[in-house]
Amino acid sequence: MSDEHFDAIVVGAGPSGNAAAYTMAKEGLKVLQLERGEYPGSKNVQGAILYANALEEIIPDFREDAPLERHVIEQRMWTMDDASHVGMHYRSDDFNEEKPNRYTIIRAQFDKWFSRKVRDAGATLLCETTVTELVRDSKGRVIGVRTDRNAGKVFADVVILAEGVNGLVGQRSGLRSEVAPDSVALAVKEMHFLPREVIESRFNLKGDEGVVIEAMGTITNGMTGTGFLYTNQESISVGIGCIVSDFAENGTTPYGLLEAFKNHPSIKPLLAGSECKEYASHLIPEGGYNAIPELVGDGWIVVGDAGQFVNAVHREGSNLAMTTGRIAGETVVWLNRRREEMSKANLAEYKKRLEQTFVMKDLKKYRRIPDFLHANKHVFTLYPKLFNSAAQSWFRVDGIDKRSKEKQIMGAFRKSRSVLGLVGDAFKLARAWR
Amino acid sequence: MSSMQESAMKVEEKLYQNRYLVDAGRPHIKVLPHDKPSKALLSLTHTCPAGCYEQNERGQVEITADGCMECGTCRIVTAKTGEIEWNYPRGGFGVLYKFG
Repeated sequence: MSDEHFDAIVVGAGPSGNAAAYTMAKEGLKVLQLERGEYPGSKNVQGAILYANALEEIIPDFREDAPLERHVIEQRMWTMDDASHVGMHYRSDDFNEEKPNRYTIIRAQFDKWFSRKVRDAGATLLCETTVTELVRDSKGRVIGVRTDRNAGKVFADVVILAEGVNGLVGQRSGLRSEVAPDSVALAVKEMHFLPREVIESRFNLKGDEGVVIEAMGTITNGMTGTGFLYTNQESISVGIGCIVSDFAENGTTPYGLLEAFKNHPSIKPLLAGSECKEYASHLIPEGGYNAIPELVGDGWIVVGDAGQFVNAVHREGSNLAMTTGRIAGETVVWLNRRREEMSKANLAEYKKRLEQTFVMKDLKKYRRIPDFLHANKHVFTLYPKLFNSAAQSWFRVDGIDKRSKEKQIMGAFRKSRSVLGLVGDAFKLARAWR
Repeated sequence: MSSMQESAMKVEEKLYQNRYLVDAGRPHIKVLPHDKPSKALLSLTHTCPAGCYEQNERGQVEITADGCMECGTCRIVTAKTGEIEWNYPRGGFGVLYKFG
């Protein structure tokens, strides 16, 4: 395959790689996409929520044949202690719209569908092919990649690195430094199967309506992290994730943490009677804006998780992946049409375009959040405990007068965190959120 | 969390659900020879979500990568100490997610 020259090579067939490959192939560019898995999706893990908007920008009529599970009509945000949860639920019939906003999906199926679209648009896909390194010319410009298929080289004007969170190619080629253990989360997840009628009655749903639960609190055992539970058509995705350096220091096993979450009295009845058919784990880059590496160079562009494009606060990643992939693809098409070189200076257009989108605006807005959460782990245990005991005290009718209950609740907050501490936390969070 | 111990379970039971194509005789992760593991390397015995790492009777950390889900946690935890050699499995080998 070494005598063929492509307009672009895309490393990886996840959401960012597929978005980039599709965008370029649709515009007539000669695109080669390389995927190490047996099929696109076989190595990919996500919760998973699909944000329609980002995909609509690429494939406007995706709803016609994409494998979607349920459209989300209800969001539950839970703050948990060991026995309870305080919940904020938002459910709206407005989400039962002609073009729903968010869907639960199963990535192995979704990625296969997306990849079919990429190939239909004209791109060449090679699976079971691991890219081992970048190929450079004498001036250091990237001109192709080497793969583990007969140690073959393939050449292109530009290489789009959509290689995911463990971006070995980019790291080993010195394009970016290693991801730090405190800016990446390890998430583990299980797929639990139940008849769809059971899911619908258990979660108060009809048809393809879905519910998502995001949870924080003592479930992460003092570590920075969150748990989740998403309803699919005939299955429930349940998982939990924490910052890697927290796991390393804490001594908790990821699977022990997941078991404890599944056995929490608020979660257990939702999974009762289900059959687990898969256990998966994955890293999520959560370093935010300050962890974004160099994104372009002579002959290369970085998109998706490899570029740390995850908004951890809002649990968004795949939409950032698709958007960065699309914009990288559009930039390459634009340069290709103008017969411009794929030089670092010209590819900087990608960064310029990204600045105008929600991707960079949101990441910039939350740039102080990762450090805040890292320095304030008590947010994940102290407050959930306080909120839950306050709720219990408030709702339990036991002959104690309400003023005394109020005093007791306020006293508990003051005792465990002091007025100065409480005000300080609120101030620091507000400043990081700004 | 008190239920943590109660719910401690064998990770093998979880991995049993998964599909793998093992590249026999070509493990994609190797622990480099060592006398005493660093704190980082030792932490992999509990941090690895597939429970691939174990300490042997001489106190060294060993890996059996068959159940590896290729998440990269061990790679990132030991990046500074350089005690493991981590590569992706050859194309097509390793974990094969049915759902992902």
